[in-house]
Parts: sequence; structure tokens; C-alpha cells
Amino acid sequence: MSEDINVAQVERYRNNFLKEVTDNVEEGEWVRMCMQCGVCSGSCPLGPYWDHPPQEIFMMIRANKRDEVLSSTSMWMCTSCYNCIVRCPRELPITHIMHGLAHYATRLGLAPKEQPTYKFSQRFWDNLVKKGRINELKLGVNLYFMNGFSEGVKTSLKMAPVGLGMLKTKRMSPMEMVGGHSIKDLKGFHAMLKKAEELESARVDAKGGSAKNA
Amino acid sequence: MATKEYSFYPGCSSQKGASSSNYLKSVESMCDTLDISLNTIPDWNCCSASIGYCGGGELPRLALSARNLALSEKHNPGQDVVASCAACWLATRETVERLEDDSGLMAETNTALKEAGLEFKNENKIRHMVEVIIEDVGYEELGKHVVKPLEDIKIAGYVGCQTNRPFGIEGESFENPKYLDKLVETLGGEPVEDYDKKVSCCGGALAFSEPEKSQALIKDIIESAYDGGAEMIVTPCPVCQMNVEVYQDQINAKYGTKFKMPVVYYSTLMTVAYGKSAKDAALEGQVIPATRLEEIAGK
Ligand code: SF4
Ligand code: SF4
Repeated sequence: MSEDINVAQVERYRNNFLKEVTDNVEEGEWVRMCMQCGVCSGSCPLGPYWDHPPQEIFMMIRANKRDEVLSSTSMWMCTSCYNCIVRCPRELPITHIMHGLAHYATRLGLAPKEQPTYKFSQRFWDNLVKKGRINELKLGVNLYFMNGFSEGVKTSLKMAPVGLGMLKTKRMSPMEMVGGHSIKDLKGFHAMLKKAEELESARVDAKGGSAKNA
Repeated sequence: MATKEYSFYPGCSSQKGASSSNYLKSVESMCDTLDISLNTIPDWNCCSASIGYCGGGELPRLALSARNLALSEKHNPGQDVVASCAACWLATRETVERLEDDSGLMAETNTALKEAGLEFKNENKIRHMVEVIIEDVGYEELGKHVVKPLEDIKIAGYVGCQTNRPFGIEGESFENPKYLDKLVETLGGEPVEDYDKKVSCCGGALAFSEPEKSQALIKDIIESAYDGGAEMIVTPCPVCQMNVEVYQDQINAKYGTKFKMPVVYYSTLMTVAYGKSAKDAALEGQVIPATRLEEIAGK
């Protein structure tokens, strides 16, 4: 499915990735306001680890580097610290654009599947959707085993002292593994999310459509 | 002083058996002294924090917070919504801002909410718990309730990211907010001056997914507190509290440091200074015990 959307979007936005971002990425219309001063990249706590810190990502969008941007591991390392946002002289909502790019890349099936925060972010969403609330214990265990069973055992052992500390202080409950917190109106909750997802997909399609006709 | 009523959004990490259940306990104790009544939003759901964006697009994420707000309007009409967690506060406030900005999004959100039999009208303000105590109660009143001043304890006020940016507390600067220091002073403690990692990022959710990178950030935050002579770190954020407290052994093993710095909430400090028990302050919830506070609480 996602492959089809990707092909359709490439077709629609031939050589105009900036327009594609403007139309489809959360807060993407702001990218054109960037004046390339570099303040965001200089302020980013994980910036030194990024292949392309925010300023570069924005430049690459304008330079039509579609695949490089959408398959980048960079925006997945955003810690959502909002340092860039409060410092950007042009007031770009950089954090949200990073999240938006990450989600759009996922939607198109281009996100880097081995990036650990990609995995965590997806697991966090799945976890919250299930019961309407996060089950920290299941999320943690699920996360430690995300690279397979033997890796999982290793990570779990490494993290065991931390977990034990949380257990002892009653800040982690083994009961969460079986029952766990849940909202009551799960039916309504799921219907709401389904509707929201439908509306959002329709919006991406419609915007794509109007771009084609433009 | 008349009881102040708020509609309360506790968030997932404050639930029983969850990582900041100790935070909730101390907030309740603090509010009890200050005559603040927190009316929990019935059937509230997760806000998706700032990490659920992979699977959740913009509208589904906005719908999460909108559902909580609609429930609040329905069950706790006329009350400001208060969150104790920085991420919850931020996600909820951002939702309101985004929906106010874009009537199309507002309409779509309400279409989704209708599936759950709800409607969001945008009637109330979204506040952080520290905003409430500082703005609605005020330092003077906060100081009046102190019966066991935190004498001779030097405390580093670690404000972190999301309680500070992008909204922050009214009148405070993003680079050097002073409210935690003022709060420590109000309680009789001594704030660390020039705590230069005061607003640095702890890595947030990346402490789970990219532990090495985030632990490097955490190390600097703790080191800088030691450099300032601190015995203890205080924070308004559950993510900061957990990240800065529980990885100290791993950081010690990796960097050869000898960290053993208790990290507490402002509400822990207040509960102790207000003369309540160690249990009321949830001091048993410290992975690194806050011995000095236990002593004062036991006096
Ligand atoms: S700080 Fe703002 S204007 Fe400067 S490079 Fe970053 S996004 Fe562009
Ligand atoms: S919010 Fe994200 S992009 Fe911005 S400075 Fe923080 S980590 Fe970097």
C-alpha cells in the first residue's frame, strides 16, 4: 500500500519536493521560510550525531533530495527538546517539521526500519492505541526485544538493575504484564482514531490531487 | 483561602505502578496543604507525548488530546485543565493552539470525536502544575505553609526542556528560568547559582532507544550539578526525573564517575517542607534515596 502511495506522490510532484513537503508534511509549509542561518543545527543536542542536522534537511528539501531526506535517520533522532524552535530567528516550528517528516516517511514506507527511535516510536504508538494508555512495562520489554531474542536477553540483563530499582520503589508493577491500565470507552476511542486516520489519508490524497491539477 | 478547583490530567506515567506514581503522590500531598482540589478527568487517555509520531499522524494525535479536553469540558465544566507532566501539558497545549489556528483541523477533529460521542468546544485554559502554584498561589502564600525549612541543603534546579520550551512559565527566560530556584529559596533551601545545564535536554524518550547518546547528555547534567555544589537535583518533569535518576549506575560504569545524586520533584520538596511524612512525599519512590529529606521528614 505504502509503495503505491510513494509511486503516486513521485508522479504527482515530479522534481518539486518542496511542494510535496508543503502539501503533505505536518507544518511543512514553513520550510520555505528557512534562511539557512544554522542556529537550529548548532542548538540541537543530538545534532552532532545527525547525518543531516535540521538546517541541512531544509536545504536538501529545497534541492529536491527526496530519497536522501525521507530515508534519513536524522529526524528520527530529534529528542523534542524545542531548543531549535525558541531560537530560530524565522520562528520555524522545527520540532514539528521533524516529526512531520518522520511520519510522512513512514506513510510512504521510506523510513529507516532499523533506526532505534523509529522502532521505539512505532511501538509507543501501538502500545497506546491498544488500551488508550501506555503500558510502560510492556513497552520496555517489547523495546528490549526489538532486535531479536538473544539481543533482547542481553539488553534485559543489562537493564535489569534499572528495572529492579523501579520494582523496589513500586514505580513498576509486574501486574502490568497481565492486566494493565485501560480506558473504559475503548470502542469509542478506537472508532475516533479510525475516523481521524481516514480523514488524514483523504487529506493527503486530496492535496496530492490538487497539486496534480495545479 | 477558598479551595481552588482544577480539572486534572494525570497522564500515563502517574498511574499506579508506573514510573512517576511517586510524583502524583507528592502532588496530591502538596495540593492538600495548599487547598487545591484536583478533579481527575474521567476516562482520560494517553496524549502520545512527543514520540508517537511514527504510527500516529497529525490528526490522530490531535484527537487524543482533544478527547481528554472534551471529557474535561463535559465532566469538569469551567475548570482550567492542569497537567503535572511536562509532556502531557505540552501535547495538550499544542493541540489547542493547532486547532485554534486551523478551522479545518478543528472541524475534522470534531468529526473524529463524534465517533466517541464527544465534542471539543475549546472553553478552558491548559496549565502546568507549576504554573498553577506560581501564578495562582504565588511565592508568598507558598512560603507561609513551610514548617520544616530545608535548611543547609544545596539544590540544583533542573528545569529541562518541555516545561521550559516552547511555552515555559510566564515571565521566565528560556535560557535561564529562575522559578525553581525561587521555589527552593521559598522552602528555605539554597539554590545552586549558575547551574549551567539547567535547561539542557536529558534525551527524553531517546533514553530508551538511543541510551549511549542520551546518557552522555545526562552525565553532563549531573556533573554540572555536582560542580555547583549541589546535594540534590529538583525537577518539574517526570521524564527528566526518571532519566537523570535511574541511569546513574550505568553512567558510573561507563565513565568511571561516582554519581549518587538524588533527583526529586518540586512537589517532594514542598511536601517535606510543609511538614508532611516521608510517605506523603513518596520518598520511598526514590531509586537514589533522598536521605537529607528523609531526615527532615522524620524530625
Ligand atoms: S534556525 Fe531557523 S532559519 Fe536558521 S537554519 Fe534553522 S530553521 Fe533555518
Ligand atoms: S527539538 Fe529536535 S531538532 Fe530541535 S533542537 Fe531539539 S532535538 Fe534538535
